[in-house]
Amino acid sequence: METILLQLLNGLDKGSAYALIALGLTLIFGTLGVVNFAHGAIFMIGAFCAVTLSRIFSISFETVDPTKLDFLGNPAKIKTPYVEAWFGADAGAWMIDWAVPLAILFSIPIMIAVGFAMERGLIKHFYKRPHADQILVTFGLAIVLQEIIKYFYGANPISTPAPDAFKGSFDFGAALGFDPNVIIYPYWRLIYFGFAAVVIGAVFSFLRFTTFGMVVRAGMADRETVGLLGINIDRKFTIMFGLAAAVAGMAGVMYAPILSPNYHMGMDFLVLSFVVVVVGGMGSLPGAVAAGFLLGILESFSSMNEIKSIIPGIDQIIIYVVAIIILLTRPRGLMGKKGVMED
Amino acid sequence: MFGLNKKDTTFLLIVIGLTLFTPILMQPFAEGSGLAQFNGGYPDLMQKVAIFGIFAVGFNILFGLTGYLSFGHAAFLGIGSYSAVWMFKLLTMNVIPGILLAMVVSGIFAAAIGYVSLRRSGIYFSILTLAFAQMCYKMAYSVLTPLTNGETGLQLALDDPRILDRAIEGSSLPVTNLFGLPMNSTYKLEVMNHVFTFSVGFYFCAVIAILAFYVAIRLFRSPFGMMLRAVKSNQHRMNYTGLDPKPYTLAAFVISGMYAGLAGGLLAAMDPLAGADRMLWTASGEVVIMTILGGAGTLMGPVLGAGVIKYLENIFSKINETVLHGWFHWLPDGIEDVVVWIFARFTGEGWHLTLGVTFMLVVTFLPGGLVEGLKRIRDRVQNGKKKRDKYDDPDPDHQPAPSKHVV
Repeated sequence: METILLQLLNGLDKGSAYALIALGLTLIFGTLGVVNFAHGAIFMIGAFCAVTLSRIFSISFETVDPTKLDFLGNPAKIKTPYVEAWFGADAGAWMIDWAVPLAILFSIPIMIAVGFAMERGLIKHFYKRPHADQILVTFGLAIVLQEIIKYFYGANPISTPAPDAFKGSFDFGAALGFDPNVIIYPYWRLIYFGFAAVVIGAVFSFLRFTTFGMVVRAGMADRETVGLLGINIDRKFTIMFGLAAAVAGMAGVMYAPILSPNYHMGMDFLVLSFVVVVVGGMGSLPGAVAAGFLLGILESFSSMNEIKSIIPGIDQIIIYVVAIIILLTRPRGLMGKKGVMED
Repeated sequence: MFGLNKKDTTFLLIVIGLTLFTPILMQPFAEGSGLAQFNGGYPDLMQKVAIFGIFAVGFNILFGLTGYLSFGHAAFLGIGSYSAVWMFKLLTMNVIPGILLAMVVSGIFAAAIGYVSLRRSGIYFSILTLAFAQMCYKMAYSVLTPLTNGETGLQLALDDPRILDRAIEGSSLPVTNLFGLPMNSTYKLEVMNHVFTFSVGFYFCAVIAILAFYVAIRLFRSPFGMMLRAVKSNQHRMNYTGLDPKPYTLAAFVISGMYAGLAGGLLAAMDPLAGADRMLWTASGEVVIMTILGGAGTLMGPVLGAGVIKYLENIFSKINETVLHGWFHWLPDGIEDVVVWIFARFTGEGWHLTLGVTFMLVVTFLPGGLVEGLKRIRDRVQNGKKKRDKYDDPDPDHQPAPSKHVV
C-alpha cells in the first residue's frame, strides 16, 4: 500500500511535467496546425530563465571589512550582492533564496516575447507548407536555440536550488496514519504538482470562460468562418502561441530545481511530450493532460521492483509500448478529434 | 547500358567517376598551405561520407518517393552494426558475411516495425517509428545487455570464438578484412606537395555505395518506383483504381531499412564497435536532415546532403580560434578580434550552430534542397540575364494558370 501510494505520487509528479509541455504543444497543434519541434527548446529556455535570475541576484561587489583580517594579515574582503545593498540585507537574502519562484514572474514576459518572435518571424511562413517542412524547420530552430544556450551557459548541468523553506520532505506516512518515514516526499515536487494543476486549470478556464477563449476555440474548429466574421484570427493565434510558450517556459522554471538545467534537456523532453500528445489525441487539450498523467503514473509504477522482476526493463520502454498499443487500437489517440492532422 | 536510359547511364558513369577519384578531388589544397585544413581526403571522412550516403539514399527511397517521414531509421543502423559485430565475433573477420547478416537482420526488423507503423500515416507514422526506435535504443541500453553489452557497447575480445579465423590468429585483436586485405591499410601518394591517401576501406565502401546507388536508380525508374510516387501523390485515387498501397509502402520501408542496415554493417566494418548511441533519435534526425538538405526525392540529393553534413562536422569542428587568428591576422587588431569572435561561434565547438542555421535557411528558401539550388543556378546561367515572368513557366502540374487581374 505504501509503495503504491509513493509510486502514485512519483507518477503524478512526472505526469505534471509531461502534461504541462504537452498542453503547450497541443495548443499550437490545435490552433495553428503546426508541428513544433522547438517546443522542448522553449521549455529549456524557461529553465534557463531561472538560472539567469538566480545569477543576476547573486552579482556582487567587493568591499573591505576593516574589522576582520585574512590569514596574511591584510583587511579581509567581503562580497556583498547588489540586491542586499539595495533592498537591505534581509530582503536581499530572501530574494536570492527565492530566485526560482520569482523567475516565474520574470519569465512570463520573456517567454511571451520569444513566442511572438518565433511565430511572427518563422512559423507564420510555414502554415501552408507540409508538416514535414514544419517539423524540419523547427528542428533546425531547436538546434540553434540549444547551441545559443550552450554558448552562454556551458555544457554542464547548472544546479538551481529551490528556496530553503522547501528543502525538506513532507512525511505523508505520518499524516495519513501509516508508519512515519515510509512515504516521504520532497516539498518542491508537491509544489510542482500543485503549480501544474493551477496552470492547467487557468489555461482551461481561460479558453472556456473568456470571449477570447471562445473565439480561439471557434477558430480551432473552423478558421475560415471565424475570419469571415471579421475577427483577426491570425493575431489571436499569435497570442495563443505566446501563451503556449509561456506555459512551457513556466514549466521549465519550476522544473529547474528538480533537474539541473542543461542544454539538451529540451530534446530529452521533446520526444516524450510528442508521444504524450499523440497518445492523448492531436488537438485535444484534456487528452494531452490525461495522457501526460497516465504515462507518468504508468512509468513510475513500472519502475517498482516487484514489476521489474516479472518483466525486466519494462520501466524503460513502457511509455513507448503503451503509445504503440494506443495508436494502433485507437487511431486518433485517447480523445482525438476527427480531422486534425489526418492528411 | 545497365538497363538504364542514356541520360541515367551518363549520370551513373559521372557518379562512378566522382566516387573513384574522391581521394584526389577532396584533396585540392597543398599540404602545409593555409587552406590544408579544408582537405577532406582522409580515409575516415571519405568512408563516413560514403556510408552515410548509402544511409541517406536508402532513407530517400522511403521518404522521397512515398512521403512517409520516418523518425526511427537510426534503429536499423544500430541493428545492422550490432549484427555485423556479432558476425565478426562468432565467425570471421571477413566483412562480407557481417554485412550480409546486417542487411538480413535489419530487413527482418524493418518488416516487423513497418508492418505495424504503416497502419498510420502522416505525423502518426513519424511518432510510431520514433517510438519504436526509442524502444530499440532503450532495450539495447538496458535489457538486452547480454546481446548488446549495454552502455559500454559491443566490442571484439580476444577470447571470441571466431570459428573460421581461429587458426591464423595472433595474440592481438584482429582487424576487419576483405578476404585477407585489411580494411585499414592505406597507400599514400605524394605529388607536388599534395598527399593523396588511397585506402582499402574507402574503396570497399565506395564500390558498395555505387552498387547501392545503381539499385536506387533502377528502383526510381521502375514501375515499382512509379507506384511509390502514386502513394505520395494521392492514396485515395490509388485505392479507387483498385490498388492496395500497403504492400508497396511496406516493401519500400523494408528496402530502406536494409539500406540502413547495410550502412550500419559498414560502420562496424570500419571500426568493429557498436554502441546504442547510434540508435538515438537524434541520429534519425541526422539522416532526415541529410536527405532534405540535399533534396528529397532526387537521386543525387541525399548523397550530396550526407557529404555536406559530414564535411561540415569534420572540417568545421577543427577550426578553432587560433586557426581563425591565423586567417585574419591582416586585419586591424580590434576588427580582427570581432571577426574572429563571430566566426568562432560558428566553427569549432559551435559547428552545430552552422548546421542548424544552414538547415533552417535551406528548408525556408530552398524547399527542393541543394539540388534545386544547383538547378536554379544552372537555369540562371543558361538563360543569361533574361528576366523571367513567373507566369512564363510551363506549368508542370497542368493546373489552370492563375488569371491576371483585369478589373
